[in-house]
Formats: sequence, C-alpha cells, structure tokens
Amino acid sequence: MIQVHNLKKAYNGVTVLNIASLEIPKGESFGLVGNNGAGKTTFFSLLLDLIQPSAGYITSNNIKINESEGWKPFTSAFLDETFLIGYLTPEEYFYFIGDLRGLNKADVDAFLTQYEDFFNGEILQKKKYLRDLSKGNQKKVGIIAALIGKPEVIILDEPFANLDPTTQFRLKKVLKELADDPEVTILVSSHDLAHTIEVSNRIVALQKGEVVKDIQTSAETLRELEAFFAA
Amino acid sequence: MFRKFIALEWKAFIRSSALTGNVVLTVFKVLGALYFIAIFLAFGFGGYYLLLDITSDPLAVVSKYMLYYLVFDLVFRLFLQKLPVINIRPFLPLPIKRSTIVNFAIGKTLLSFFNWSHLFFLLPFTIVLIKESYDPLNAMLWFTGILAFIYCNNFLNILLNNKDSLLAVFTALLLGFGALQYYSVFDVTTYTSVFYHGLYATYYMVVIPVIALLALWVLTYKYFYGNLHLDTGLSQKEEEARTENYSWLNRYGTLGTFLKNDIRLIRRNKRSKTTVIMSVVFLFYGLLFFTGAMEMYDNSMLQMFAAIFVTGGFLFTFGQFVPSWDSAYYPLMMSQNIQYREYISAKWWLVVIGTLASTLLASFYLYYGWDIYVMIIAGAVFNIGVNSHLVLLGGAYIKTPIDLASSKQAFGDKKAFNVKTMLISLPKMLVPMLLYVIGENLIGQWWGSILVILAGVAGFAFRNKVFSMIEKIYKAEKYATLHSYKQKN
Repeated sequence: MIQVHNLKKAYNGVTVLNIASLEIPKGESFGLVGNNGAGKTTFFSLLLDLIQPSAGYITSNNIKINESEGWKPFTSAFLDETFLIGYLTPEEYFYFIGDLRGLNKADVDAFLTQYEDFFNGEILQKKKYLRDLSKGNQKKVGIIAALIGKPEVIILDEPFANLDPTTQFRLKKVLKELADDPEVTILVSSHDLAHTIEVSNRIVALQKGEVVKDIQTSAETLRELEAFFAA
Repeated sequence: MFRKFIALEWKAFIRSSALTGNVVLTVFKVLGALYFIAIFLAFGFGGYYLLLDITSDPLAVVSKYMLYYLVFDLVFRLFLQKLPVINIRPFLPLPIKRSTIVNFAIGKTLLSFFNWSHLFFLLPFTIVLIKESYDPLNAMLWFTGILAFIYCNNFLNILLNNKDSLLAVFTALLLGFGALQYYSVFDVTTYTSVFYHGLYATYYMVVIPVIALLALWVLTYKYFYGNLHLDTGLSQKEEEARTENYSWLNRYGTLGTFLKNDIRLIRRNKRSKTTVIMSVVFLFYGLLFFTGAMEMYDNSMLQMFAAIFVTGGFLFTFGQFVPSWDSAYYPLMMSQNIQYREYISAKWWLVVIGTLASTLLASFYLYYGWDIYVMIIAGAVFNIGVNSHLVLLGGAYIKTPIDLASSKQAFGDKKAFNVKTMLISLPKMLVPMLLYVIGENLIGQWWGSILVILAGVAGFAFRNKVFSMIEKIYKAEKYATLHSYKQKN
C-alpha cells in the first residue's frame, strides 16, 4: 500500500528523517515508536504532503504523494489540534468531514452511533464548541472524524496521549477492529510501547530519523523494545 | 517583585511579533503610529481654533459632546480592549502575594494604549486653553476630571468584561441619543454638558469623577482579589454552542459545505465579527464625501473612491485574508479531499453576498440623489466584477496566521503588507476613479458610472482565469503557507 523510497528530510542541513526503504502492505496495522525528535511526526507529515521531502518520495497505492493529490480520497488522518475546526460543535465537524467524504447527515449519524461508548457521553449534544472541549475530548473527536467515510489509510499521531484510562481501553478496541479489517491500513505512532504493541501487528522504531527496529509483534516484542529504549 | 514583572513585560514587548521581523515594516509601523499621534496632537492644538469659527467658547462645545466621546470610548473598549488575565496564570502557583498579582494586573491595564492615547488630545487642548487665558487652575481641574472619567472607563471595561449584550446596549444608547439630538427631539447634552462644563466652572465638581474612579478601582481590586482562580475570574468565557445545519445550503454541494463553515466562522469568532463591523463603518464612510460635509472631498474622483468603499467594506476586510481565515486548521484542509476551485468560489460567493448586502443597505444614499446611488451601484458592480478577484488573488500571497479568538490585528498586520499585495491593491481604487473621471469629462454626465459598470461586467469574463491563477498559487505556496501558519504569534 505504502512504499517509501530513499526518503530524506533535512532542515538547514540537519537530517531529521532518513528512510532508505520501507514497505507497508495493505491491511497492515503499523506502529511507529520512538523518542521525542525521532521523526515520527515528520514521517506522518510527509505521508500527508504537509511538508516536502528533501529527497526521495513516498507512494500510496502507487500514487506519488508529493506529486498527485489522488491519495486524498482514501486517506485520512488526525495528527494534532490543527485538524480540528475550533468554532464548530462536534456534530457540525463530523458533518463537515462527512460532506467532504460523500456522506450525508444521516450517514454520519448512523456512523456515530457505533462510537457512543467511546464518546462516553461527553461529546455529542454538549452545546460546546470544539475549542471549549478538554484536550482529551478534542482528541476523541479528531480520532473518530478520521474514521468517517471508510478510508483505506488511517494515520493517527499519538492517539493515546491525553486520553483517560477508560478511553484508552476503548480506543484500543476500536483500533484492533480496524486492524482486523484487511482493507484498512492503519498507522499509529506513540510513546507508549505497550499500547502500540497491543494494537499493531508490526512495530518500527525510529531513532534520530533512522529505522532502528522493524519487528512483527509477538510475545517478545515488548521486552525487546523496552531493552532497546532503556539502553 | 514589581521590578521582575516589569522585566517580563519588557521581554514580552521586545519579543512581540510587532517588533521582531522585518525592519522596514517596523519602521513603517512606527511612522504610521507617529502619523496618528500627529493627527491627535493637531486636533488637540488646533481643535480650539477650529471651534472658534462656530463658537466663542470652544470648551463649552467640547464639554457638550464629552458624553458621546466617553460613551464611544467605552464601546470601543468593550469591543477591543482585552484584559491581561491570561498572563497572570503562570504566577498563581508561584510564591507571590495575591495582592501583588492583582496590583500588577490592574497597573498593567492603567498603562494600556486605550488610556494614554487620549492624552494626545486632552493634554494639548488643555495647554491651549490655558494659553488662551482660560483660568489655569480650572482648566487643570477639567483635565483631571475628564482623565478620571477615561480611567473610569478602563475599570468599567474590566468589570463589565465579556458581556456582549452591554456592547449592544451602549451602542444603542449612543445611536439613540445621537438620533434624538440630530432630529432635535431631545438633547441629552443640555443636561450632561452642565456637568462636564462644571468640571471647569466649579472647584468642587472634579471630586465626583475622582471619587468614582477610586470607588471603581477598589471594586476592581476586590473583584480580582476574590476571583483569582482559574475557574472564576481567570476563566475564559465559554458560550453555549448551538448546532446549526443550514441545510438549505446542501443543494449547492461542496460549495454549500464551505459556505456553511464560512458563515459559522464569521458568526462565532471575535476576529471575523470585526470584519462585519468594519463593513458597517465603511458603509457610512461615504457620508463624508456625498453630503458636502468636507469641501475638499467634493469632487467626483474622490466620490468614486468612496463609492468603492461603501459597498466594499466586507469584501476588503474579509477577502484580503483568504485563506488565512482557515489558518488554524489548514493542515486539515490540505489533507482532506478538497477541490481548491470549490473552496475559492465559496469565499468568492461570500464576499459577493457581503457586497450585495452592503449595496442594499447603502440605499439610504438615495436621499442625497440618484446620481450618488448610481455611483455606489457602479462601485458595487466593479467590486463584484473586478475587486473580488483581485482581493482573493492578493490574499493568496498573504501567509499571516489569524488568531480567530482575538480581535487584535484586525487593523492590519506586518505580514499582510508586502509589495505583491500592494501592487494588486492599487488598481482596486485607481482604475474606477480614473474611469469615472474619463467618462464624466470626455463623454458626459452618466458616462462615469457607466464606464465603471462596464469595467465591472468585463471583469466577470476573467473569473475562471483568475480562479485558476489563485489555485496555482495555493498549490505552489502550499508548504510555505503551512509552515507560516504554524508560527503562532
């Protein structure tokens, strides 16, 4: 689904990301871990053509991401609060995303009923604009909005951060269901090794912009990663 | 402790976006500020002599209209002056006395531009009074009294903060009394001028504003002191949100989707609301030109200039910041499946609707004659046909992130000012002005307006071309735009 070819990103001569080759097959649940500054968000921003690669390129479904916009209809993402429109209510925001992805209001309403548990009664009909929601609740809205319209590639940056423990469990459930769908390729980054391992069937660790681990998750994965990051 | 606070403020000032960055533009800004200061000073020094033309006692006239001056000041403050409460937050958990924090916060408001800017008028005016053989002591008492009132406004604004309904009440009062006075139904100033003039005429009247000021000061101090918690005095106001679907826009497809959002954008954010207010202000701008109020404005070239502004207020103030209005969530827009064409035409329709609404509202100019209103309609056609495209084209080069929650920067921003936008801006006014003069002088009376209208209609022909150009700019500048929208403040 996604292929990385000699991808490099440098700012003022300092290389922050350098991935010679990486392939993410369709239906994979891909976890990206690494310390601050390892290049996780840079990689995701490149995947969404929000920044320009210094060299190399990424293809998604054989579409060169930095040359064509053809990847947009089947890709969705939630990186940070810049993906939210602060002056909308959550409902309006969901309908807006729905409109852009060809779903009408009724479709979106039906879609949202699946996530009532996840919202925990704190999102819908609360008479609040997104800008007035807590960070955690904003995140819930952003994550669910990224799932609207059956995207084939879903990119979530740090989805577990700021969420309360209950919601973390519920999110893991949601992500695992998506991971089981062979049509959906899901990319998740996190600082939390345990969470990432639970929802991903493959883990890539970045360090200073380079891929330092690339493992299929197994019972051993957590220990292996912990040993790596503790060193 | 206060010294440390002041050091912090100093850093905040010299590191603010207004001072860092382009030197040339900073110089321009300083020059602009000096220009306004000069104008105020000129009014302060010259106002007295101007008023001598119509009255023998200028101080009486100034006192008569002082009520309007002060109420207008309060309205202006309610609208624009923000409280420095946010900056207090980091101090709360530090070992600093509550009273110190409160005094600092209050002291900071006292030094605000909204207070000292009045001095540029009041001080020279008082000096002239004394020079023109008004009693020095009384003149100084008058000055003290008025200054006390201005500071009263400062505290009133704090105490009444965030009550938008009050803004409407005061504006209504202002307009209501103004209208009653204009039509000689009821002149409120006959009563209030006794008081304001009394500040000069008597020795004791000045006590009233000074006591009011002290009382408000104490009240504000107590209010802050008692409410120095994140969930009370320092909380951000949250308004109750209502989901609005505007489903009648659904039939316009993606265009409707964007229009819905833009309507919400304008209605729900302070910064964008100012554009609506500005367009109302521009609506009345023409009065200066069309009523013969100012002799030097009484020529058709300048009247055409005004006609463009009367209907173009919204077009200019909103249009010049497309796409910056969406800066807070531009990464979302850029990763969603969005057709630039639809996005641009939604904004285009919005400014067109704004222009049409202004044209209808401007129909009161009919009172000054058909030729005036035809001129305004010509301006509107030119605005829709030509300027709407130019303004969007200019906006494409502006990469200023907009903070929707604050009404600051509403009057321009350094990054909004560059050579490209200047070049694109010039023809917006110059072309219709020239066309009008050519038509009127070389062909005949109505031909000025007709030529401008023809140019406006011709502008439509280029719509698609311009939209494609804007689209190309958006695409070419995408990364740079995303990058600069990330730099907040």
